[in-house]
Amino acid sequence: MDTTFLLNGESVTLTGVEPTVTLLDWLRDVRGLTGTKEGCNEGDCGACTVMVTDARGARALNACILFLPQLHGKAVRTVEGMSSPDGTLHPVQEAMIEHHGSQCGFCTPGFVVSMATAHVNRDQNHDDALAGNLCRCTGYAPIVRAAQAAFEHDVPAWIKDDVATLKTPALSLSGPVHVPQSADELADLYARRPEATLIAGATDVGLWVTKQLRQLDEVIFLNQCQDMAQIEQTPDGLRIGAGVTMDRVLKAVQGKYTSYAEMIRRYGSAQVRAAATIGGNIANGSPIGDNPPPLIALGATLHLRYRETRREMPLEAFFIEYGKQDRHPGEFVEAVTIPDQPDRMQVYKLSKRFDQDISAVCGAFNIAVEDGAVSQARIAFGGMAGVPKRAEAVEAALLGHPWTDDALVRAWDAWEQDFAPLSDMRASAEYRIFAARNMLSRYLLNDLGAQTSVLEVQA
Amino acid sequence: MSVAKPLPHDAARLHVTGSARYVDDIPTPAGCLHLAFGLAEIASGTIARIDLDQTRSAPGVVGVWCAKDLPTDCDCSPSAHDEPLLSDDSIHYLGQPVFLVAATSHLAARKAVALASITYEERKPILSIDEALEAGSHFEEGPRIWQKGDAEQAIQSAPHRLDGEIEIGGQEHFYLEGQAALAVPQEGGDMLVHSSTQHPTEIQHKVAHALDIPMHAVRVETRRMGGGFGGKESQGNALAIACAVVALQTGKPAKMRYDRDDDFMVTGKRHDFRIHYSAGFDAKGRLQGLAFTQYARCGWAQDLSLPVADRAMLHATNAYFVPNVRIESHRLKTNTQSATAFRGFGGPQGMLGMERVMDHVAHHLDLDPTAVRQANYFGSDQNAVPAAVQTTPYGQPVEEFALGEMTKALIESSDFKARQDAVRAWNETQPVLKKGLALTPVMFGISFTLTHLNQAGALVHVYQDGSIHLNHGGTEMGQGLFQKVAQVAASRFGVGLETIKITATDTAKVPNTSATAASSGSDLNGMAVLAACDTIRNRMADHLAQLWQVPSDKIAFGDTSVTDGNRTISFAEAAKLCYEGRISLSSTGFYRTPKLEWDRLRGQGRPFFYFAYGVSASEVVVDTLSGEYRILRADILHDCGASLNPALDIGQIEGGFVQGAGWLTTEELVWDDKGRLRTHAPSTYKIPACSDRPDVFNVALWDGANQEDTIYRSKAVGEPPFMHGISVLMALSDAVASCGRGYPDLNAPATPERVLAAVRRVQNEL
Ligand SMILES: Cc1cc2nc3c(=O)[nH]c(=O)nc-3n(C[C@H](O)[C@H](O)[C@H](O)COP(=O)(O)OP(=O)(O)OC[C@H]3O[C@@H](n4cnc5c(N)ncnc54)[C@H](O)[C@@H]3O)c2cc1C
Ligand code: FES
Ligand code: FES
Repeated sequence: MDTTFLLNGESVTLTGVEPTVTLLDWLRDVRGLTGTKEGCNEGDCGACTVMVTDARGARALNACILFLPQLHGKAVRTVEGMSSPDGTLHPVQEAMIEHHGSQCGFCTPGFVVSMATAHVNRDQNHDDALAGNLCRCTGYAPIVRAAQAAFEHDVPAWIKDDVATLKTPALSLSGPVHVPQSADELADLYARRPEATLIAGATDVGLWVTKQLRQLDEVIFLNQCQDMAQIEQTPDGLRIGAGVTMDRVLKAVQGKYTSYAEMIRRYGSAQVRAAATIGGNIANGSPIGDNPPPLIALGATLHLRYRETRREMPLEAFFIEYGKQDRHPGEFVEAVTIPDQPDRMQVYKLSKRFDQDISAVCGAFNIAVEDGAVSQARIAFGGMAGVPKRAEAVEAALLGHPWTDDALVRAWDAWEQDFAPLSDMRASAEYRIFAARNMLSRYLLNDLGAQTSVLEVQA
Repeated sequence: MSVAKPLPHDAARLHVTGSARYVDDIPTPAGCLHLAFGLAEIASGTIARIDLDQTRSAPGVVGVWCAKDLPTDCDCSPSAHDEPLLSDDSIHYLGQPVFLVAATSHLAARKAVALASITYEERKPILSIDEALEAGSHFEEGPRIWQKGDAEQAIQSAPHRLDGEIEIGGQEHFYLEGQAALAVPQEGGDMLVHSSTQHPTEIQHKVAHALDIPMHAVRVETRRMGGGFGGKESQGNALAIACAVVALQTGKPAKMRYDRDDDFMVTGKRHDFRIHYSAGFDAKGRLQGLAFTQYARCGWAQDLSLPVADRAMLHATNAYFVPNVRIESHRLKTNTQSATAFRGFGGPQGMLGMERVMDHVAHHLDLDPTAVRQANYFGSDQNAVPAAVQTTPYGQPVEEFALGEMTKALIESSDFKARQDAVRAWNETQPVLKKGLALTPVMFGISFTLTHLNQAGALVHVYQDGSIHLNHGGTEMGQGLFQKVAQVAASRFGVGLETIKITATDTAKVPNTSATAASSGSDLNGMAVLAACDTIRNRMADHLAQLWQVPSDKIAFGDTSVTDGNRTISFAEAAKLCYEGRISLSSTGFYRTPKLEWDRLRGQGRPFFYFAYGVSASEVVVDTLSGEYRILRADILHDCGASLNPALDIGQIEGGFVQGAGWLTTEELVWDDKGRLRTHAPSTYKIPACSDRPDVFNVALWDGANQEDTIYRSKAVGEPPFMHGISVLMALSDAVASCGRGYPDLNAPATPERVLAAVRRVQNEL
């Protein structure tokens, strides 16, 4: 297939590219642009960060799990393209020098690109913008000082130019690579080629290629299906297309479900959220995906589609058992709808590290209280079973009873009816169940007005 | 003068523009081969059958090597000759290289490796400290024991006593740039190796040995590393040797870099330790007798484990005077990655054992831990004897002890006492969250404990245009060594830094170098460069004095010029005059650290030239429902002597603290019962991220020159600040202790899971 994009301001057209060549390998091995580094090859360190701009604006992405066809019609800037063609440094580069933001320098190109992306987006939440960039040398303090200092400076013209120069050229396709332009095209295609691998953000599929060294024979890229990337308010609630990336999901739920939004702030990193789709996070069926618990607790409906046939189901019904979902060959996730409701949900994502860590346990609690008693309870967990799962026994133990300390006691034994978690490198079974129980206490204490988040405490 | 200026890193501009070159960025000559190891899938046993046919016929594969195909055993060990490059059929850990593939691309080599099929005869591996103890599996003949006075007697007769134990996890270096090497064959069988290494001479030595050629036939060049932290002291040997062997046998350049997961699986990490302690003390917490038993899990090969375990013993009492001490050290051999050097080199583990004792004693007596620490400091009033004649357990007098003053200064500047009260008051009002605050000192001995390593060489050229070429045996891994040393050279010649060209470490320029390790880089190389510069400068001065008919001591260098008080010419003109006067403008320089004398078997002598000091205070908040926590504030006061470059030194301190805190909090290495490391990538092994640094982070340098005659009276800074991370663990302990009456007994790393378990322990002892 042909892929056309802007690279550091220059138009590049690649013919006959292998669909699963990563941008990182291509930059380093083919283009000789070695400023972009490989630190992990799995999206976790940010050393390979590049800036990708399209009609939606500029985002930082990890080049190590970004396939070339995903770039079609976009503008890519690597660290080499951060300074002006005449060598004038970008303000973040100047600030990094002045504030001693580099030591060994290996993480630095990735930081510079993440910082420049935050800079063009006028984003001052430096900890969030940089959560996906690991540095082993500096302890981050000088880097954040540099980011703060650079913020005062204007966005350089050569960075702004990308948007102006962008043109989306026509796609030319051949061979086992498909880039459908709409959900209809996808429906038709996937029904005919049910063996093909769907690729949305590639934050999972990317690792199959870079770590498991899997050969993907036939692939369908979803990122051009604009109609699957819409967020709409419908009479049934908030409908989020499968192709909506997590950074947009965050914005969509920010005013509505505050705690869900706060959880997404900690989901992966800026780079991961800009790539990962909500559809991919559901479709992969992972027992530790972070969206299913809050979506189940909110009573979300999943929309599946096969050709013109559409099915709907409560999200929890989709997850049958570990590695098995209720999805037929050729059927795909089209959207998910969250019914409108008052914001009573709290989501607790428990991991070793706050930012960019996979949850050991993710618990979502949506409990309504009327006249001091629990009138409705939807509680769902990730990391506690082979699938994202509702805590039905706990819900039953709470329902109709007074919303006091007694509720915790009443639910005590129900936890073990609902869950028998495993031990792994993230947490022991004992910790998981104990921490899950404590999440209910936290929810109650929260309701009673106690301060319960270490993230809100200052020295 | 350029020393003492807060100049940026010499390569900062290259870093931020992506033009700084690391090994994998060097443009390779045509036909370069890419290598990958096939790794053992079991932790202990032998290979029953190995089938590499599919690997051999995989696309792009050029060659496959097993141990029998190698020219020699290609030993990779820096110490005991016990690490063959490829398994000789016996398997010692899960992740051990078994075969080597060369292919036309990195990806092709990795894919080919995955096609191998190996069957094994498995043995039950020895994985844990307990298993090793039970099996009597250790290095050296038995435990090493050092004593001072009669610890047992002193403990028995003390008014108070307690016993305890702390488990201390290891740590993956997680240098952002993984291990990498590139070998380019030269004419006549010579070999040029580019290696991401802290120890080019060791690479040269091991490659020469593997190829069975003299060291003069191997040249190793290292411009920079993307982080080292000790992990590139010996762990790069295997890659360099593999590349050199393939390059020799195929005549093609060969490059190898580990995929991150392989890097985790193959290479050594920080030693994990268990430390048991018995302490006898008075009502004020002053120690009268102390006995430690340290167990170090060393992994399958000896590597640097003996000196690492020695240093854990050397720092076992940290900054405290203890009249009677016994330290017993077990170096256990296990079927895991061979633990290796890591910033602090055993010192942090030993020191943490002592800080745990302080914390435990204070809790036991219900005293303020800071007061107990101060009461035990060298030279504290209560000890009656002046600090100068107090000695460490190994008999080194503590001639200057800055911590008394420094601690008072930090307590003042961090408003420590008021905050302690505030924390207590806040905790009273909080049902779920608890704060903790703790202060810990660092006293770190500077010098290699293997005395002969304390030497360095330099090579300096002044060209006829006045530009200067600088080379020395130290390597640059981000610490800013090259810049500091360039500042020294610029100061000696009185020129600006733009005059100095910093060049890659090269075994052909400076031979027989020591690893850039033990924080010694600028101490040793700075002095060697100073010697080289002064030799040239004196020659120039003599020549100009003769030309100008003035005494040599009238000639002064400064402001990029040379003057005798009357005449002033530019440095470039001076260089030209000297060249025309047939004066040698090139010199080597050499330095060896004075005053050292050390008997490691007896544990007696003066292993260290001097001590570097520091003190830190950390405040944390803990969630008692989940065990999650955050570091809210850290204040650090650190002693760099008369700093060569305060900006670079502060960078080392900030970075060291965060890395040290990571070691003791989120960085957990988990092996399963088969000996497979389950945390083998950043997805599962969590080093601190940006938001994990303290919100409030105050770092200051202690104002004071080194009493010893070091380079411009500065002090080494690489490792010591790492141990400021200990104050975070102690602050967590303080927060947990506020949940009840029991002692938290917090092991490291204090993951949220361990913190929650400690909270429950403390609560249950109501
Ligand atoms: C560094 C890093 C950090 C991460 N952190 C988190 C985290 O904190 N929390 C978390 O939950 N996850 C995390 N993940 C996992 C990952 O981001 C998610 O699972 C992600 O949402 C997958 O979406 P994607 O669009 O990238 O899917 P892809 O990788 O493109 O696809 C994933 C799977 O879903 C299928 N698929 C995709 N779209 C559809 C569709 N519309 N219909 C049917 N099948 C489809 C694909 O075929 C594939 O099987 C992380 C991943 C990385 C690399
Ligand atoms: S290389 Fe680490 S995120 Fe891409
Ligand atoms: S400067 Fe070395 S990893 Fe960031």
